[in-house]
Amino acid sequence: MTTVAAPIATTARPRASLRERMQNFVPKLVLAPSFLLVLAFVYGFNLWTFFLSFTNSKGFASTTLVGLANYQKLWNWTFETDPPSSWYTALVNMGLFGGLYVIFCLFLGLTLAILLDQKIRGEGILRPIYLYPLALSFIVTGTAWKLFLDPGIGLEKAVHDWGWTSFKFDWVVNPRMMIYCVAIAGIWQTSGFVMAMFLAGLRGVDSEIIKAAQIDGASAYATYRRIIIPIMRPVFLSAIIILTHMAIKSYDLVLSVTGKNPGGAAELPSTFMYSYTFTRNQMAVGSTSAVIMLATIAAIMVPYLYSELREKGR
Amino acid sequence: MSAADLLTAAPSREPTRHSTVTRVVIYGLLLFFALVYLVPLVVMVMTSLKPLDEVTGGNMFALPQKLTFDPWVQAWGEARIGVSDTAGIAGYFWNSIKMVVPAVLISTLLGALNGYVLTKWRFPGHKLVFGMMLFACFIPFQSVIIPMAVILGYLGEFGNTLTDLTGFSFGFGNATENLVIVHVVYGLGFTTLFFRNYYEAFPTELVKAAMIDGASFFQIFRRILLPNSAPIFIVTVIYQFTNIWNDFLFGSTFAAGDQSPMTVALNNLVNTSTGIVEYNVNMAAAIIAAAPTLLVYIVGGRYFVRGLMAGAVKG
Repeated sequence: MTTVAAPIATTARPRASLRERMQNFVPKLVLAPSFLLVLAFVYGFNLWTFFLSFTNSKGFASTTLVGLANYQKLWNWTFETDPPSSWYTALVNMGLFGGLYVIFCLFLGLTLAILLDQKIRGEGILRPIYLYPLALSFIVTGTAWKLFLDPGIGLEKAVHDWGWTSFKFDWVVNPRMMIYCVAIAGIWQTSGFVMAMFLAGLRGVDSEIIKAAQIDGASAYATYRRIIIPIMRPVFLSAIIILTHMAIKSYDLVLSVTGKNPGGAAELPSTFMYSYTFTRNQMAVGSTSAVIMLATIAAIMVPYLYSELREKGR
Repeated sequence: MSAADLLTAAPSREPTRHSTVTRVVIYGLLLFFALVYLVPLVVMVMTSLKPLDEVTGGNMFALPQKLTFDPWVQAWGEARIGVSDTAGIAGYFWNSIKMVVPAVLISTLLGALNGYVLTKWRFPGHKLVFGMMLFACFIPFQSVIIPMAVILGYLGEFGNTLTDLTGFSFGFGNATENLVIVHVVYGLGFTTLFFRNYYEAFPTELVKAAMIDGASFFQIFRRILLPNSAPIFIVTVIYQFTNIWNDFLFGSTFAAGDQSPMTVALNNLVNTSTGIVEYNVNMAAAIIAAAPTLLVYIVGGRYFVRGLMAGAVKG
């Protein structure tokens, strides 16, 4: 009997392992196209842009290397304040816009989340209202805010009609103040998202801890200030990182709120990159600014993603 | 419980009992903010329903005196956009549809397969592969548009050659198809993230049992995972649809003139430097541009929020 069974076993085993090998091969074959696309179109292209930043490319990509000349140029422009260079304006605006955007989104988001977490009637109606701007494109948001803030027909005009004739609010047509309007529109669009993150965070806080604090006689304010908000530190971190990265990537909003960024008054690194590359025919300078944007975002996102993935792996 | 479920869950703890004054303040603030979030949309809608003289002469908060749908008709079929001869935004609306539908379907399907491989068929280095795909979601697209433009230029030339040879370009160089490629490639990171996180929680024992029974890779996917993936498909489709529909940077870089998507056409219409500004028509066009994503938000709000939260990686 065993002499009969043995040959079957020996012929069956290689066949099974071949099938197994096929089984192990298919998943990689399925994943490969996506991974190769990402490898080429993301990492390859990033390297390509990095390479272009060392060339003298103007209207077309060139391969003539000029060392760090483009970086030197941007470095010099960083300190060219009188008259301000576009790059200097872009950096100052980035600081203003980014700072206001992150701080106000956090503040509004946290405030709304805490208010909504007080056993509110109609939460199911209010929450979607705070969140709907996220469904809009930045171009639509910008178009709406441009009209809303237009001194000729918008807010200023309306307040004049109501009798306060000395009221003045012309930021959206004032080159020096435009960037604040971009920030207002951006905060309007994104703060609901931060609210959602915080609300989920608040509801994830262990209710036992809060009960204990309340038994100890802590006021609502103290409970939030001393217990709940410190527990939510990871949510703060996530929100700050997501918001910062969104601020750096902001592009459409500037163009639509300001009406194509007249005179570069609301310049940001993103618009700087675009205009140097595609309208000013200084592709190498555009690439250099793109590399700086990428490096900034990588410095923020890579550690964050790394820690997120490691947590998940546990 | 995922972040999005926590969001919709009722406050589990007993809240501090507030005095009447405090409650009035809380409700007052919440209603005030609701108003702030709603007002721009309301003003947009009202402006789009007024004749132009009422927009430029009247108060933007006032209800329309002479209700008119003309601006909507003009925006859809008559308004001149930039230097293009095409009248109205209708054509651009369809451009966006033609771009969005294939891009969403392809990127979602690939994301589902990738998520399946990365959770149920792990191989050494799967984490690195996923990490690299994930980082791709967050890069500023400025760092890829120049090479992309060069490559798409080559594709266009290839299309011309094909046209010379065969009389048909097979779609190479067509702006809509270029945008589909671009959106699929740069959407893969997010779709893979969504499905990976979803399948991570899917019981591996079921998959193992099916493997022992001799089910193949695709059989397991089709018979076991797909039937249980409806929620994450909805989340991903909504997320991708919203993102791709709302894109402006790629649309304005890789498509021009009549082939532009909706957002680009809207921006050209609103920021045209010639003639008088027809605010009412602009607002009607803006609402039409926002309508598909708003509709999706109203119908699938729960899933929309879930996608947003998952897109912040915390899941």
